[in-house]
Amino acid sequence: MYEFDYHHPDSVAAAIALRAGAADGSYLAGGMTLLPTLKQRLASPSDLIDLAGVTGLTGIEVTADRVTIGAMTRHAEVAASEQIKGSIPALAFLASQIGDTQVRNRGTLGGSVANSDPSADYPAAVIGLGATLQTDHRTIAAEDYFQDLFQTALEEGELIRSIAFPIPRRAAYRKFPNPASRYAVVGVFVAQFAAGVRVGVTGAGPCAFRPAEFEAALNQRLDPAALDDVVIDHDRFNSDMHASAEYRGNLLRVMARRAVADLLAQPA
Amino acid sequence: MKVSLTVNERPVEADLPANTLLSDLIRGHLGLTGTHVGCDTSQCGACTVHLNGRAVKSCTILAAQAQGAAVTTIEGIGAPGNLHPMQAAFQDAHGLQCGFCTPGMIMAAIDLVQNAGPLDETKVREGLEGNLCRCTGYHNIVKAVLSAAERL
Repeated sequence: MYEFDYHHPDSVAAAIALRAGAADGSYLAGGMTLLPTLKQRLASPSDLIDLAGVTGLTGIEVTADRVTIGAMTRHAEVAASEQIKGSIPALAFLASQIGDTQVRNRGTLGGSVANSDPSADYPAAVIGLGATLQTDHRTIAAEDYFQDLFQTALEEGELIRSIAFPIPRRAAYRKFPNPASRYAVVGVFVAQFAAGVRVGVTGAGPCAFRPAEFEAALNQRLDPAALDDVVIDHDRFNSDMHASAEYRGNLLRVMARRAVADLLAQPA
Repeated sequence: MKVSLTVNERPVEADLPANTLLSDLIRGHLGLTGTHVGCDTSQCGACTVHLNGRAVKSCTILAAQAQGAAVTTIEGIGAPGNLHPMQAAFQDAHGLQCGFCTPGMIMAAIDLVQNAGPLDETKVREGLEGNLCRCTGYHNIVKAVLSAAERL
Protein backbone atom coordinates (compact mmCIF):
# COMPACT_ATOMS: atom_id res chain seq x y z
CA MET A 1 0.00 0.00 0.00
CA TYR A 2 1.07 3.53 -0.69
CA GLU A 3 1.13 5.87 2.28
CA PHE A 4 -1.91 7.89 3.28
CA ASP A 5 -3.19 9.89 6.20
CA TYR A 6 -5.89 8.15 8.22
CA HIS A 7 -8.78 10.03 9.82
CA HIS A 8 -11.62 8.81 11.98
CA PRO A 9 -14.21 11.57 12.30
CA ASP A 10 -17.26 11.21 14.55
CA SER A 11 -19.80 13.20 12.52
CA VAL A 12 -21.00 13.47 8.92
CA ALA A 13 -20.04 17.15 8.87
CA ALA A 14 -16.50 16.39 10.02
CA ALA A 15 -16.16 13.57 7.47
CA ILE A 16 -17.26 15.84 4.64
CA ALA A 17 -14.91 18.61 5.77
CA LEU A 18 -11.98 16.16 5.89
CA ARG A 19 -12.80 14.88 2.44
CA ALA A 20 -13.11 18.40 1.05
CA GLY A 21 -9.77 19.35 2.57
CA ALA A 22 -7.89 16.32 1.25
CA ALA A 23 -5.87 16.44 -1.96
CA ASP A 24 -7.34 13.10 -3.07
CA GLY A 25 -9.41 11.72 -0.24
CA SER A 26 -11.43 8.54 -0.07
CA TYR A 27 -14.10 7.45 2.40
CA LEU A 28 -13.45 4.10 4.07
CA ALA A 29 -16.61 2.11 4.92
CA GLY A 30 -16.10 -1.63 5.50
CA GLY A 31 -13.02 -1.65 3.29
CA MET A 32 -13.81 -5.01 1.67
CA THR A 33 -13.18 -3.57 -1.79
CA LEU A 34 -11.09 -0.53 -0.98
CA LEU A 35 -8.39 -2.26 1.07
CA PRO A 36 -7.66 -4.99 -1.50
CA THR A 37 -7.56 -2.21 -4.11
CA LEU A 38 -5.03 -0.27 -2.04
CA LYS A 39 -2.96 -3.38 -1.36
CA GLN A 40 -2.65 -3.99 -5.09
CA ARG A 41 -1.65 -0.36 -5.53
CA LEU A 42 -4.53 0.22 -7.91
CA ALA A 43 -5.40 3.42 -6.03
CA SER A 44 -3.36 5.89 -4.04
CA PRO A 45 -5.60 8.23 -2.05
CA SER A 46 -3.84 10.90 -0.03
CA ASP A 47 -6.29 10.50 2.86
CA LEU A 48 -8.59 7.75 4.12
CA ILE A 49 -11.60 8.98 6.07
CA ASP A 50 -12.92 6.08 8.13
CA LEU A 51 -16.70 6.27 8.60
CA ALA A 52 -16.91 3.57 11.29
CA GLY A 53 -17.07 6.09 14.12
CA VAL A 54 -19.48 8.52 12.47
CA THR A 55 -22.72 8.71 14.41
CA GLY A 56 -26.04 8.31 12.64
CA LEU A 57 -24.89 6.00 9.85
CA THR A 58 -25.99 2.67 11.34
CA GLY A 59 -29.23 1.07 12.31
CA ILE A 60 -32.34 -0.50 10.83
CA GLU A 61 -35.78 1.12 10.98
CA VAL A 62 -38.93 -0.56 9.72
CA THR A 63 -42.21 1.32 9.22
CA ALA A 64 -45.47 0.21 7.59
CA ASP A 65 -44.21 0.70 4.06
CA ARG A 66 -40.42 0.89 4.11
CA VAL A 67 -37.20 -0.46 5.57
CA THR A 68 -34.50 2.15 6.13
CA ILE A 69 -30.96 0.93 6.67
CA GLY A 70 -28.02 3.08 7.75
CA ALA A 71 -25.18 3.15 5.23
CA MET A 72 -22.61 1.71 7.66
CA THR A 73 -24.82 -1.24 8.60
CA ARG A 74 -22.86 -4.40 7.94
CA HIS A 75 -24.11 -7.23 5.71
CA ALA A 76 -24.16 -9.69 8.64
CA GLU A 77 -26.52 -7.38 10.56
CA VAL A 78 -28.93 -7.13 7.63
CA ALA A 79 -28.77 -10.89 7.06
CA ALA A 80 -29.56 -11.59 10.73
CA SER A 81 -32.13 -8.84 11.30
CA GLU A 82 -35.47 -10.26 12.43
CA GLN A 83 -37.08 -6.94 11.43
CA ILE A 84 -35.86 -7.24 7.86
CA LYS A 85 -36.64 -10.96 7.68
CA GLY A 86 -40.18 -10.02 8.73
CA SER A 87 -40.63 -7.21 6.19
CA ILE A 88 -38.41 -7.91 3.16
CA PRO A 89 -37.02 -11.43 3.69
CA ALA A 90 -35.48 -11.38 0.20
CA LEU A 91 -33.28 -8.46 1.26
CA ALA A 92 -32.00 -10.32 4.33
CA PHE A 93 -31.41 -13.36 2.10
CA LEU A 94 -29.49 -11.24 -0.43
CA ALA A 95 -27.24 -9.93 2.36
CA SER A 96 -26.62 -13.51 3.54
CA GLN A 97 -25.29 -14.40 0.07
CA ILE A 98 -22.67 -11.63 -0.19
CA GLY A 99 -19.05 -12.77 -0.22
CA ASP A 100 -18.27 -14.94 2.79
CA THR A 101 -18.75 -14.75 6.56
CA GLN A 102 -15.69 -12.58 7.15
CA VAL A 103 -16.67 -10.18 4.37
CA ARG A 104 -20.24 -9.93 5.71
CA ASN A 105 -18.86 -9.11 9.16
CA ARG A 106 -17.10 -6.02 7.73
CA GLY A 107 -18.74 -4.98 4.46
CA THR A 108 -21.45 -2.33 4.53
CA LEU A 109 -24.57 -1.45 2.54
CA GLY A 110 -23.34 2.08 1.81
CA GLY A 111 -19.88 0.94 0.79
CA SER A 112 -21.30 -1.58 -1.67
CA VAL A 113 -23.77 0.85 -3.22
CA ALA A 114 -21.31 3.78 -3.34
CA ASN A 115 -18.75 1.60 -5.11
CA SER A 116 -21.36 0.19 -7.53
CA ASP A 117 -19.28 -2.78 -8.58
CA PRO A 118 -21.04 -4.29 -11.62
CA SER A 119 -21.19 -7.65 -9.80
CA ALA A 120 -22.18 -6.47 -6.32
CA ASP A 121 -25.39 -7.91 -4.88
CA TYR A 122 -27.03 -4.93 -3.15
CA PRO A 123 -27.52 -2.82 -6.30
CA ALA A 124 -29.99 -5.45 -7.61
CA ALA A 125 -32.20 -4.85 -4.56
CA VAL A 126 -31.73 -1.07 -4.60
CA ILE A 127 -33.04 -0.84 -8.15
CA GLY A 128 -35.37 -3.85 -7.94
CA LEU A 129 -37.22 -2.38 -4.96
CA GLY A 130 -37.03 1.21 -6.20
CA ALA A 131 -35.10 2.36 -3.11
CA THR A 132 -34.29 5.95 -2.25
CA LEU A 133 -30.79 6.97 -1.20
CA GLN A 134 -30.44 9.63 1.46
CA THR A 135 -27.12 11.42 1.16
CA ASP A 136 -25.68 14.20 3.28
CA HIS A 137 -27.63 16.83 1.32
CA ARG A 138 -30.31 15.25 -0.90
CA THR A 139 -32.28 12.17 -1.85
CA ILE A 140 -31.57 10.17 -5.01
CA ALA A 141 -33.97 7.71 -6.63
CA ALA A 142 -32.48 4.34 -7.57
CA GLU A 143 -33.36 4.94 -11.23
CA ASP A 144 -31.19 8.04 -11.27
CA TYR A 145 -28.37 6.59 -9.20
CA PHE A 146 -26.67 3.83 -11.23
CA GLN A 147 -25.16 5.41 -14.35
CA ASP A 148 -22.36 3.29 -15.78
CA LEU A 149 -19.39 1.12 -14.81
CA PHE A 150 -18.46 2.26 -11.28
CA GLN A 151 -20.28 5.51 -12.06
CA THR A 152 -23.10 6.74 -9.87
CA ALA A 153 -24.99 9.98 -9.30
CA LEU A 154 -22.85 10.69 -6.22
CA GLU A 155 -20.99 13.97 -6.46
CA GLU A 156 -17.39 14.35 -5.32
CA GLY A 157 -17.40 13.94 -1.53
CA GLU A 158 -21.13 13.18 -1.30
CA LEU A 159 -21.86 10.68 1.45
CA ILE A 160 -24.69 8.13 1.61
CA ARG A 161 -26.39 8.27 5.03
CA SER A 162 -29.06 5.62 4.56
CA ILE A 163 -31.12 3.77 1.99
CA ALA A 164 -34.90 3.35 2.22
CA PHE A 165 -36.38 0.24 0.59
CA PRO A 166 -40.15 0.14 -0.11
CA ILE A 167 -41.71 -3.07 1.26
CA PRO A 168 -43.12 -5.22 -1.56
CA ARG A 169 -45.88 -7.82 -1.28
CA ARG A 170 -43.35 -10.50 -2.16
CA ALA A 171 -39.81 -10.56 -3.47
CA ALA A 172 -37.00 -12.99 -4.24
CA TYR A 173 -33.32 -12.86 -5.16
CA ARG A 174 -31.33 -15.42 -7.08
CA LYS A 175 -27.73 -15.18 -8.20
CA PHE A 176 -25.18 -17.35 -9.92
CA PRO A 177 -22.10 -16.77 -7.78
CA ASN A 178 -18.61 -16.83 -9.13
CA PRO A 179 -17.27 -19.95 -7.35
CA ALA A 180 -14.07 -18.20 -6.24
CA SER A 181 -15.14 -14.66 -5.36
CA ARG A 182 -18.86 -15.23 -4.60
CA TYR A 183 -19.62 -12.10 -6.62
CA ALA A 184 -22.75 -12.37 -8.76
CA VAL A 185 -21.92 -13.43 -12.32
CA VAL A 186 -25.59 -12.51 -12.72
CA GLY A 187 -28.06 -11.75 -9.92
CA VAL A 188 -31.76 -11.00 -10.30
CA PHE A 189 -34.08 -9.41 -7.73
CA VAL A 190 -37.81 -9.67 -8.48
CA ALA A 191 -40.33 -7.71 -6.42
CA GLN A 192 -44.11 -7.70 -6.61
CA PHE A 193 -45.80 -4.46 -5.54
CA ALA A 194 -49.48 -3.46 -5.72
CA ALA A 195 -48.49 -1.31 -8.70
CA GLY A 196 -46.73 -4.12 -10.55
CA VAL A 197 -43.59 -6.20 -10.79
CA ARG A 198 -40.09 -4.71 -10.74
CA VAL A 199 -36.90 -6.53 -11.69
CA GLY A 200 -33.38 -5.47 -10.70
CA VAL A 201 -30.35 -7.06 -12.33
CA THR A 202 -26.71 -7.06 -11.27
CA GLY A 203 -23.66 -8.69 -12.84
CA ALA A 204 -24.92 -8.64 -16.41
CA GLY A 205 -24.31 -5.03 -17.42
CA PRO A 206 -21.90 -2.23 -16.51
CA CYS A 207 -24.17 -1.32 -13.59
CA ALA A 208 -27.44 -2.47 -12.05
CA PHE A 209 -30.50 -2.00 -14.26
CA ARG A 210 -34.16 -2.88 -14.79
CA PRO A 211 -34.83 -5.12 -17.81
CA ALA A 212 -37.98 -3.48 -19.21
CA GLU A 213 -38.83 -6.48 -21.37
CA PHE A 214 -38.81 -8.83 -18.33
CA GLU A 215 -40.99 -6.47 -16.31
CA ALA A 216 -43.49 -6.15 -19.17
CA ALA A 217 -43.71 -9.94 -19.54
CA LEU A 218 -44.10 -10.52 -15.78
CA ASN A 219 -46.71 -7.80 -15.47
CA GLN A 220 -48.77 -9.64 -18.08
CA ARG A 221 -48.27 -13.02 -16.42
CA LEU A 222 -46.33 -13.56 -13.19
CA ASP A 223 -44.91 -16.96 -14.04
CA PRO A 224 -41.38 -18.21 -14.78
CA ALA A 225 -42.54 -19.40 -18.19
CA ALA A 226 -43.51 -15.84 -19.12
CA LEU A 227 -39.78 -15.19 -19.58
CA ASP A 228 -39.17 -18.12 -21.95
CA ASP A 229 -39.58 -16.17 -25.18
CA VAL A 230 -38.42 -12.71 -24.12
CA VAL A 231 -35.60 -11.58 -26.39
CA ILE A 232 -32.52 -10.54 -24.38
CA ASP A 233 -30.23 -7.96 -25.93
CA HIS A 234 -26.80 -8.82 -24.53
CA ASP A 235 -24.85 -6.41 -26.72
CA ARG A 236 -23.80 -4.20 -23.81
CA PHE A 237 -23.40 -7.03 -21.29
CA ASN A 238 -20.09 -7.66 -19.57
CA SER A 239 -17.72 -10.14 -21.13
CA ASP A 240 -14.66 -11.30 -19.21
CA MET A 241 -12.68 -14.39 -18.21
CA HIS A 242 -15.60 -15.58 -16.08
CA ALA A 243 -18.43 -15.38 -18.59
CA SER A 244 -19.19 -14.13 -22.09
CA ALA A 245 -21.91 -11.56 -22.69
CA GLU A 246 -24.01 -14.21 -24.38
CA TYR A 247 -23.67 -16.57 -21.39
CA ARG A 248 -24.61 -13.75 -19.03
CA GLY A 249 -27.71 -13.19 -21.16
CA ASN A 250 -28.65 -16.82 -20.66
CA LEU A 251 -27.94 -16.67 -16.92
CA LEU A 252 -30.15 -13.60 -16.69
CA ARG A 253 -33.14 -15.55 -17.94
CA VAL A 254 -32.35 -18.59 -15.78
CA MET A 255 -31.85 -16.58 -12.58
CA ALA A 256 -34.97 -14.50 -13.27
CA ARG A 257 -37.08 -17.62 -13.77
CA ARG A 258 -35.77 -19.08 -10.50
CA ALA A 259 -36.41 -15.81 -8.65
CA VAL A 260 -39.99 -15.68 -9.95
CA ALA A 261 -40.51 -19.30 -8.86
CA ASP A 262 -39.18 -18.45 -5.38
CA LEU A 263 -41.46 -15.41 -5.23
CA LEU A 264 -44.53 -17.45 -6.22
CA ALA A 265 -43.72 -20.03 -3.54
CA GLN A 266 -44.35 -17.36 -0.90
CA PRO A 267 -47.89 -16.62 0.33
CA ALA A 268 -49.57 -13.88 -1.75
CA MET B 1 -0.18 6.90 14.25
CA LYS B 2 -0.95 5.59 17.72
CA VAL B 3 -3.25 2.60 18.07
CA SER B 4 -4.47 1.00 21.28
CA LEU B 5 -6.48 -2.20 21.47
CA THR B 6 -6.50 -5.47 23.31
CA VAL B 7 -5.07 -8.63 21.77
CA ASN B 8 -5.92 -11.86 23.58
CA GLU B 9 -7.10 -9.74 26.52
CA ARG B 10 -3.73 -7.98 26.84
CA PRO B 11 -3.64 -4.22 26.25
CA VAL B 12 -1.50 -3.27 23.27
CA GLU B 13 -0.29 0.17 22.28
CA ALA B 14 1.67 0.77 19.12
CA ASP B 15 2.84 3.68 17.02
CA LEU B 16 2.49 2.53 13.42
CA PRO B 17 2.36 3.89 9.88
CA ALA B 18 -1.30 4.44 8.92
CA ASN B 19 -1.08 1.81 6.20
CA THR B 20 -0.18 -1.01 8.63
CA LEU B 21 -2.52 -3.98 8.33
CA LEU B 22 -3.92 -5.66 11.42
CA SER B 23 -2.20 -8.88 10.28
CA ASP B 24 1.15 -7.04 10.25
CA LEU B 25 0.54 -5.69 13.75
CA ILE B 26 -0.33 -9.17 15.00
CA ARG B 27 2.52 -11.02 13.33
CA GLY B 28 5.27 -8.45 12.94
CA HIS B 29 4.91 -6.25 15.99
CA LEU B 30 3.43 -8.68 18.49
CA GLY B 31 5.12 -11.83 17.19
CA LEU B 32 1.88 -13.78 17.21
CA THR B 33 2.69 -15.83 14.15
CA GLY B 34 -0.11 -18.34 14.61
CA THR B 35 -2.19 -16.03 12.44
CA HIS B 36 -1.11 -16.90 8.92
CA VAL B 37 -1.08 -14.78 5.79
CA GLY B 38 -1.79 -17.06 2.87
CA CYS B 39 -2.94 -15.17 -0.19
CA ASP B 40 -2.78 -11.56 0.98
CA THR B 41 -5.64 -10.85 -1.45
CA SER B 42 -8.55 -11.39 0.96
CA GLN B 43 -9.46 -14.77 -0.49
CA CYS B 44 -8.01 -17.54 1.65
CA GLY B 45 -9.02 -16.71 5.22
CA ALA B 46 -5.81 -18.04 6.84
CA CYS B 47 -5.45 -14.66 8.57
CA THR B 48 -8.87 -14.87 10.24
CA VAL B 49 -9.02 -13.48 13.78
CA HIS B 50 -11.90 -12.30 15.94
CA LEU B 51 -12.58 -8.58 16.12
CA ASN B 52 -15.03 -7.93 18.94
CA GLY B 53 -16.09 -11.57 18.73
CA ARG B 54 -16.66 -11.79 14.97
CA ALA B 55 -14.43 -13.47 12.38
CA VAL B 56 -12.62 -11.04 10.10
CA LYS B 57 -9.71 -11.28 7.69
CA SER B 58 -6.89 -9.44 9.44
CA CYS B 59 -5.07 -8.86 6.13
CA THR B 60 -8.00 -6.72 5.00
CA ILE B 61 -8.29 -4.41 7.99
CA LEU B 62 -5.99 -1.57 8.92
CA ALA B 63 -4.57 -1.75 12.39
CA ALA B 64 -6.01 1.74 12.82
CA GLN B 65 -9.51 0.37 12.20
CA ALA B 66 -9.07 -1.90 15.24
CA GLN B 67 -8.56 1.08 17.54
CA GLY B 68 -10.28 0.29 20.85
CA ALA B 69 -11.31 -3.19 19.71
CA ALA B 70 -10.84 -6.58 21.32
CA VAL B 71 -8.87 -8.88 19.02
CA THR B 72 -8.52 -12.62 19.62
CA THR B 73 -6.00 -14.70 17.70
CA ILE B 74 -5.45 -18.46 17.63
CA GLU B 75 -2.96 -18.03 20.50
CA GLY B 76 -5.76 -16.59 22.63
CA ILE B 77 -8.15 -19.52 22.54
CA GLY B 78 -6.09 -22.47 23.72
CA ALA B 79 -2.63 -23.87 24.31
CA PRO B 80 -0.89 -27.24 24.03
CA GLY B 81 -2.34 -29.40 26.77
CA ASN B 82 -5.32 -27.08 27.10
CA LEU B 83 -6.82 -27.02 23.64
CA HIS B 84 -9.98 -25.12 22.81
CA PRO B 85 -12.78 -27.63 22.02
CA MET B 86 -12.61 -26.57 18.35
CA GLN B 87 -8.86 -27.27 18.26
CA ALA B 88 -9.43 -30.64 19.94
CA ALA B 89 -12.14 -31.48 17.42
CA PHE B 90 -9.82 -30.69 14.50
CA GLN B 91 -7.22 -32.98 16.06
CA ASP B 92 -9.70 -35.79 16.71
CA ALA B 93 -11.33 -35.62 13.27
CA HIS B 94 -8.05 -35.21 11.37
CA GLY B 95 -9.29 -31.83 10.16
CA LEU B 96 -5.85 -30.75 8.97
CA GLN B 97 -2.91 -31.96 6.98
CA CYS B 98 -0.28 -29.28 6.45
CA GLY B 99 -1.96 -27.02 9.00
CA PHE B 100 -1.45 -23.73 7.21
CA CYS B 101 -5.14 -22.88 6.93
CA THR B 102 -6.00 -24.31 10.33
CA PRO B 103 -5.74 -21.19 12.55
CA GLY B 104 -8.08 -19.33 10.20
CA MET B 105 -10.39 -22.32 9.89
CA ILE B 106 -10.65 -22.62 13.66
CA MET B 107 -11.30 -18.92 14.24
CA ALA B 108 -13.95 -18.87 11.49
CA ALA B 109 -15.49 -22.09 12.83
CA ILE B 110 -15.77 -20.71 16.36
CA ASP B 111 -17.63 -17.64 15.03
CA LEU B 112 -19.88 -20.00 13.05
CA VAL B 113 -20.73 -22.16 16.05
CA GLN B 114 -21.32 -19.13 18.27
CA ASN B 115 -23.36 -17.03 15.85
CA ALA B 116 -24.92 -19.09 13.06
CA GLY B 117 -27.55 -21.05 15.03
CA PRO B 118 -28.09 -24.78 14.55
CA LEU B 119 -25.55 -26.23 12.11
CA ASP B 120 -25.68 -29.00 9.56
CA GLU B 121 -23.17 -30.01 6.93
CA THR B 122 -24.49 -27.54 4.35
CA LYS B 123 -24.39 -24.65 6.80
CA VAL B 124 -20.84 -25.47 7.85
CA ARG B 125 -19.70 -25.60 4.23
CA GLU B 126 -21.40 -22.28 3.49
CA GLY B 127 -20.05 -20.78 6.70
CA LEU B 128 -16.48 -21.69 5.79
CA GLU B 129 -16.65 -20.32 2.24
CA GLY B 130 -14.16 -17.65 3.25
CA ASN B 131 -11.50 -20.20 4.20
CA LEU B 132 -9.54 -22.19 1.67
CA CYS B 133 -7.74 -25.48 2.34
CA ARG B 134 -5.46 -26.99 -0.27
CA CYS B 135 -4.99 -30.38 1.42
CA THR B 136 -8.02 -31.96 2.99
CA GLY B 137 -10.88 -31.48 0.60
CA TYR B 138 -12.77 -30.03 3.59
CA HIS B 139 -14.46 -33.30 4.50
CA ASN B 140 -12.79 -33.77 7.87
CA ILE B 141 -12.88 -30.05 8.60
CA VAL B 142 -16.66 -30.14 8.31
CA LYS B 143 -16.76 -33.22 10.56
CA ALA B 144 -14.58 -31.44 13.11
CA VAL B 145 -16.77 -28.36 13.19
CA LEU B 146 -19.97 -30.39 13.56
CA SER B 147 -18.36 -32.40 16.34
CA ALA B 148 -17.15 -29.26 18.13
CA ALA B 149 -20.60 -27.68 17.77
CA GLU B 150 -21.94 -30.48 19.99
CA ARG B 151 -19.21 -29.93 22.60
CA LEU B 152 -19.40 -26.14 22.72
